[in-house]
Amino acid sequence: MSDLKSTGPQAAAAPPPAGEPGGPVLAADGTPLKRSLNRALRRQKLRALMLIAPLLLFVLLTFIAPIADMLFRSVENQIVSETLPETVVVLHSWDSESGEAPAEPVFDAFYVDLFLAQEQKLHTRLGSRLNYEKTGMSSLFRKSGRRVGKFDTDIYTDQLIALDPSWKDPATWVAMMADSGDRAALPFTARTWDRWVAYLATEGDDPAKTKIEDVLFTTLYLDLRATNGSGASDARITQAAQAAAGFETVSLRDQFADADKNWMDPEVWGTIKAFSPRYTPGYFLNSVDMQKTPHGIETRPENQQIYMMLFKRTIFMSLVITLSCVMLGYPVAWILANLPTRTANLLMILVLLPFWTSLLVRTSAWKVMLQQQGVINDTLVWLGIVDDADRLVMINNQFGTIVAMTHILLPFMILPLYSVMQTIQPTYLRAAKSLGATNWTAFWRVYFPQSVPGIGAGSILVFILSIGYYITPEIVGGTTGTFISNRIAYHISSSLNWGLGAALGAILLAAVMLLYWAYDKVVGIDNVKLG
Amino acid sequence: MADTSSNDAFVEFERVQKSYDGEILVVKDLNLQIPKGEFLTMLGPSGSGKTTCLMMLAGFETATHGEIKLDGRPINNIPPHKRGIGMVFQNYALFPHMTINENLSFPLEVRKIGKSDREAKVKRALDMVEMGDFGGRRPAQLSGGQQQRIALARALVFEPELVLMDEPLGALDKQLREKMQFEITDLAHRLGITVVYVTHDQTEALTMSDRVAVFDDGRIQQIAPPDELYESPQNSFVAQFIGENNTLEGTVKELSEGLALVQLDDGEMVDCMPVNVSKVGERTKVSIRPERVEFQKERLKEGAHMLKATVKEFIYMGDVFRTRLSVAGNDDFIIKSRNAPDQVRLKPGQQIEIGWLHEDCRALDA
Repeated sequence: MSDLKSTGPQAAAAPPPAGEPGGPVLAADGTPLKRSLNRALRRQKLRALMLIAPLLLFVLLTFIAPIADMLFRSVENQIVSETLPETVVVLHSWDSESGEAPAEPVFDAFYVDLFLAQEQKLHTRLGSRLNYEKTGMSSLFRKSGRRVGKFDTDIYTDQLIALDPSWKDPATWVAMMADSGDRAALPFTARTWDRWVAYLATEGDDPAKTKIEDVLFTTLYLDLRATNGSGASDARITQAAQAAAGFETVSLRDQFADADKNWMDPEVWGTIKAFSPRYTPGYFLNSVDMQKTPHGIETRPENQQIYMMLFKRTIFMSLVITLSCVMLGYPVAWILANLPTRTANLLMILVLLPFWTSLLVRTSAWKVMLQQQGVINDTLVWLGIVDDADRLVMINNQFGTIVAMTHILLPFMILPLYSVMQTIQPTYLRAAKSLGATNWTAFWRVYFPQSVPGIGAGSILVFILSIGYYITPEIVGGTTGTFISNRIAYHISSSLNWGLGAALGAILLAAVMLLYWAYDKVVGIDNVKLG
Repeated sequence: MADTSSNDAFVEFERVQKSYDGEILVVKDLNLQIPKGEFLTMLGPSGSGKTTCLMMLAGFETATHGEIKLDGRPINNIPPHKRGIGMVFQNYALFPHMTINENLSFPLEVRKIGKSDREAKVKRALDMVEMGDFGGRRPAQLSGGQQQRIALARALVFEPELVLMDEPLGALDKQLREKMQFEITDLAHRLGITVVYVTHDQTEALTMSDRVAVFDDGRIQQIAPPDELYESPQNSFVAQFIGENNTLEGTVKELSEGLALVQLDDGEMVDCMPVNVSKVGERTKVSIRPERVEFQKERLKEGAHMLKATVKEFIYMGDVFRTRLSVAGNDDFIIKSRNAPDQVRLKPGQQIEIGWLHEDCRALDA
């Protein structure tokens, strides 16, 4: 019994190993603690990465990549410079404010480009692309494409062959174009030849056996006039250079003017020049009812403005839908949160029921309900509230879209609200009442502020979902109730103006992110609870 | 039961019954008077109806039958916010989206008290619980004990005469709980407020209260000051529920004024104080506190009945020794002896004789 107090502590344990004060903390084996911690965690991190790898890959391939591609398409504009490489270079020095169509050299280059493009059937695609910017371009290109093979440039062919019949033989061309001296003497011809050969390769033709087209004789003539064939090793070139000065000529400018007088319109050339860079803000400008013209950036004429109105309408209607979801969802969530669990779960099925029904069925159901010969109108007429002659128009307009979309998106509001409200203990209300607050004050000052994170989460969810909604506005929206997404779908699937669709989509994405950012600044994203 | 005249009762329950489902009475015929300034604790196991009583007093539950009066005025039909009763909740229920200052000024705002007055009162209440520097913080930034003080300050800031507390210390650790127990009673007596305190922790009930009402099965089993409750339990439930207790079963053999002779089931005889027994031949539960059992014969009165006991286990607990014995067929008979220099330490297997003063041994209902 007396040894009770004598049992003192045993010898104090040695202090744990630690690094020198100020130096890095060391692990037991002397390596820095940070490094051994990292090593210990690396395996865990690697395993975690392996576990999420399938999803990561899936998301990257099916989500991130298409979005990146879409964003790229909204500024990408390589079709002009790829189809008209010569023209774009020469056109660069042309002043689009001159009020006149460009001079001969542009038409010379354009002749070559257009000829090769129509051989490859690329000119119609270019025409469609430029038609987005200026109407009439599509038909202009198609028409000129048909004519460009029949231009009077055969006079160069004839005169050169008359000078030396060997010009007719493709094999001699192949040999000539393999010689660097000759290539240097005939730069334009050499470039055109290369493109010609590349085209023949895709067709599987042998350049040495294919008839030399007028276009090559034209470039040859132009080169001979420009360089005089100096430095060429082929004697025919020197000979032709001397003779070329006396050749009969043809103006390609006149040929084009003859094919379509629109080629004399400086606006046409201005448009080509404005869209010759590889990247263009043109699609984005179109998306906000502006356009890039030869004279700079301008707003579109009043009667062509549509997108800003659609954006505004989309945002306005999404706000209205979000607000109606809050108004309708809040009481439901409140009841669910305050009922016994068993009853709440049962009612929750009713909330979730729409999820198990096809979206199309639900939307079509609203069509049945709201149309002029529909259930609601029939009932109102039967009750005598509405006259049979002027039944209410509730579908194919904004009202129909708002009603149907509120119904469809309501669960997305109720669920986060419910899960937030479930975490608000009823004692808060009791406490407020015991402190003297009336039911209303207790609700408004104590309960409501605590449910705001749920409202925030639900609103963000509903708003972002509705701002990009497509099917419902398409079916019940008519003309006044459609969203920007319907326009995007139109450009993707009908007008095939993917660049504009992509730009509209990019703006929508940016708008959502901006709103998200603003919400974070004002309310704080930490205050958003999904449960 | 202590029957205070209803004239000086501040809070009064009169034949109150409560049922939630129309089949089972959670509170059965409750009669209770609480004088002004008293610290009354409702103690009982969970489901005994104590919290329901508190909620009826606060106004969050309505009495199915009977009347509740506050200061002589029936309050059955007065909504909670008009009762002016302060309340401290188990989980504190501090509003998480408000600062401490806002929490405290909430009851003053809803009472339309002017701003300067409000600030003064909030400051006074915070100083009262020694939390004056924490006004700008939010509840989540405070520790459990600090939140508890704020909850207390908030229940007191509008100067209610009656404060209800629903297991307010349940979430605190032992040390903090003991400190807060003292602070709450000190504050209550200093301010002269009436407190109705609900707990299932009997130590808390004994240390804090002026009177304790022991609840079981929807009824008050006994209402008495703590010492009386501990030393003179009126029935075997109270004896078992309050403190540690040894029970031996037997039959009353002789009964006289202040003394009963009980024959235990194994034939041994013990002297008891008759409490709940009325006639010879009745079954009874004999109740004796562990610290009142003696195993050194010289300390007992001459002629006291002694029982044979076998030591089963000796537990050293620091300030006391706790010894488990086998007595009259009961293997869980506990005795406690103070750890003093001359104290005997019993060894397992040892045969001893135990006895007690007959006043300490109470013959209760079976």
